[in-house]
Order: sequence, then C-alpha cells, then structure tokens
Amino acid sequence: MTELFERIGFLQQGPFSVPRWEALFANMDLLWDGVLVTLLVASLGLVLALALGTVIGVMSASHSKVLRGLARAYVEFYQNTPLLIQVFMIFNALPILFTGMFIPVIVIGILGVGMYHGAYIAEVVRAGIQSIGRGQLEAALSQGFSYVGAMRHIIIPQAMRVVLPPLTNQAVSLIKNTSVLAVIAGGDLMYAGDAFAGRYGHYGPTYVVVGLLYFVMCFPLARLARKLELRAKEA
Amino acid sequence: MIELVGVNKHFGLHHVLKDVTLDVPSGQKLVIIGPSGSGKSTLIRCINMLERPSSGTVTVDGIEVTAHRAPIAKVRQQVAMVFQSFNLYPHKTVLENVTLAPIVVSGVSKEEATESGLRYLERVGLSEKADKYPAQLSGGQQQRVAIARALNMHPKIMLFDEPTSALDPEMIQEVLEVIIGLAQGGITMLVVTHEMGFAREAADRVIFMDDGMILEDGTPEHFFENPQNDRTKLFLSKILR
Repeated sequence: MTELFERIGFLQQGPFSVPRWEALFANMDLLWDGVLVTLLVASLGLVLALALGTVIGVMSASHSKVLRGLARAYVEFYQNTPLLIQVFMIFNALPILFTGMFIPVIVIGILGVGMYHGAYIAEVVRAGIQSIGRGQLEAALSQGFSYVGAMRHIIIPQAMRVVLPPLTNQAVSLIKNTSVLAVIAGGDLMYAGDAFAGRYGHYGPTYVVVGLLYFVMCFPLARLARKLELRAKEA
Repeated sequence: MIELVGVNKHFGLHHVLKDVTLDVPSGQKLVIIGPSGSGKSTLIRCINMLERPSSGTVTVDGIEVTAHRAPIAKVRQQVAMVFQSFNLYPHKTVLENVTLAPIVVSGVSKEEATESGLRYLERVGLSEKADKYPAQLSGGQQQRVAIARALNMHPKIMLFDEPTSALDPEMIQEVLEVIIGLAQGGITMLVVTHEMGFAREAADRVIFMDDGMILEDGTPEHFFENPQNDRTKLFLSKILR
C-alpha cells in the first residue's frame, strides 16, 4: 500500500503532498477553534440579522413614507456595497466612536454580517408580508389591533411559512460570509485556516478541509431550505 | 350614534363619495343598496376608518374619528366589521379567531373570552367547529364564524360589507338568517347588500346610493313601493324584474 503511494508523484511533493496533510491533521485543533468562532459569529449574527430584518421589513411594508424611505435607504446601502468594505468601516469606525473601549473582533463580525444580512432578510420579510392578502390586515385593524399588533399576531405568523425557505438560504449565506472576518484577524475558521496555511505553506490541504468544514455547516441548512420550500408549495 | 357630515372621498381622479351626509341613530338597522361602484362599501369603510375621507367629518359614538390623532383603535373595538371575503385568520382555529382580539386588544381574560366566544359560536350554529381551522369550513360557515368573531368584541355597531356576495347561492340563506336574528337585538347595524328580501325583512331604513351620492333615504316600504328618484326606479326595475 505504502509502495503504491510512493509511486504517486503528487503525494510526495507539491501543494497536496502527504506531509502537508499530516501536518494539517496534527493541527486540527486550530481549525476546530475557528469553527467554534465561526458558529458563534454566525448564530449571533443571524439573531441580529433576523431582528433588524423583521423591523426593517415591517417598516418597508408600512404605509408611512418616512418609514419606507428609511427602510429603503438601509436596504439599498447594505445591498449595494461589498460586505468586506462594511466590515472594514465598522472595524475602523467603532474605536473612534467608542474611544478607549476594547471591542472584540467577534463583535465586529456579528455586527458586520448581522447588518448586511439584515438588509437581505428585510427584503424577504417585506415580500412575505406583501404575500398575505390585504384583507388580513384590514380584519385585524377593524378589530382594534395596532399596526404592530396586527403584524405580530396576524400577518407575520402567516408570512413565516412563505418566508422560511428564503430565510434559511440567508442563514447559509451568512455562515459563508462570516469568512470576511479573516481579513481583520477575526479568529474564525477562514482566519484559522489562512493563518495555519500561511505559516508553513500548507495551502492545498488546508483550504480543502476548510472548504469541507464550511460545507458541513451549510449543507444541512440548504437541505432544510429545500424541504421547507416543498412543504410551503404543498400547503 | 354615527354621523357623517360632508364626506368626500377621492381615489386618485375618481370621486367616490360626493359630499355625503348621513345620521344613523343608535339601534337602527340601516341597509345600503346601490349598483357596484356606487361608493357604498367606501361609505361604511369610512366609519371605522379603513378608508380615510378626503374631507368631511365622521363621528362615531361621540368621537370624531376623522380628527387628528383620534383614538381610532379604541373606536374600532366598538365597531365590528364583517367582510365580503370573511377574512378569518387562517392560521388560527375557529375559537382562536373569535377570542384573539378580545384577549389581545380588549384585555379580556382568556376564560371569559372563550366562554363568550363559545356562546356566540353556538348562536351562529357552529360550536362543534370550534377546534377546526377556517379552511376546513364552507364559505357560509366561515362567514358565520366571522360574525361570531365580530360579536365577541361586544360591539355597539356592526358593519356588514356585502356579507353574502362571495357565497354560493345555497349558503346565502344561513348567513342572512344569522344577521336577521342579530337585527332583533339592540346593536346598530349598517349592511351593504344586494339582497332585497333581506332589506325588506330586517331593515328599518334603506338608503340607495349611486355615483357617490345618497339618492333615496327612507323606510323599506317607501323604498320598494314608492321610490322618488328615477335612478332608484331604474335600479329596482332591473333587480326586481
């Protein structure tokens, strides 16, 4: 068996050689730490994105021109500038706004992906709300519900079914996008992989494994999105 | 109980209500008749401010709802509406449909709302459907649930916006019977409808609207036997054959 391997050239030298793989597997701890940071940033970022997206989505479905305008401005700004630049801005702006305060990089990551995906989720939420017939809002208002109360008790619970598949897709994108943290030394999976790979030049195996780890985190969610989509269609 | 003074409503270039003035005393059963597009639905939707009049004032139970910062949500709790397309909450059971607003909006306890809700469901003949979802009911049953939902707010005023127009013919009667039953009580009722038999039986006042104006206003007898306006006569001749 070993003999067989010895004859295969690319396993002996080059970017994918066996020693590089061995070095990586000996240092998997580094990557696991990165996975934990990525999961932490992704889950808290998702909470922030859902909160922002719901509020801004409700605003952009409202009748108030001011609220709609504000929501539009937010969505357009975040959708039409690169996440990378947004993260840089937060990274550089926060220390100016809160001088002397230590802001962990993780917080910047949560804010970055949270605000960015909040804009996308706002659009999903808006479309979901608008998919619910106008009669539902009128019925709720006619019973004395406030606009927000009608949203909370009547509209959003119904919109949830429509909205769940695209929301799950947003969660997948959000997980992948936490990798921008790598550029500000965020300690996430991408950064951990980069740091390890750069130190010894083990780029090949490291990126393969890092990519696989992202895949393992995202694939189940993507499957879930598909399943929810089918279920929404049946109903 | 309800007072409209000089109410105008424009939808873009369309002038839907033209200087409408109307006074509905407490307890009156008012039926509003008229061809489609005559503004009758818009008129009753101005009472609970689902439509905001372009000008004029609407006063409901002493509160001017057209005023700036009027307590509209408070007034709406007193003014229940039954819609043409039922608008039941599809994600809630029949009982939840009936109890949700009393609990959340009016702050009634769950026990109390459930008890009165079941009573009203029984009144519309649907207490055995309490745990079903709206989609499991026929159109006539859904509309009866919608009436029970309206009643469970204990309203002083009920607005019916073509309550039978979306129903199959065989279901119209069951809904009308419920509304006729309600008309025996003391609630002020405004009913937009094309059901002439219902107007004869349940109304104590009929108004005829066309082109955004009230053209005829009187008792059912006056309206059906002795209409004054030519357009009313024309409309009746088409409808009553």
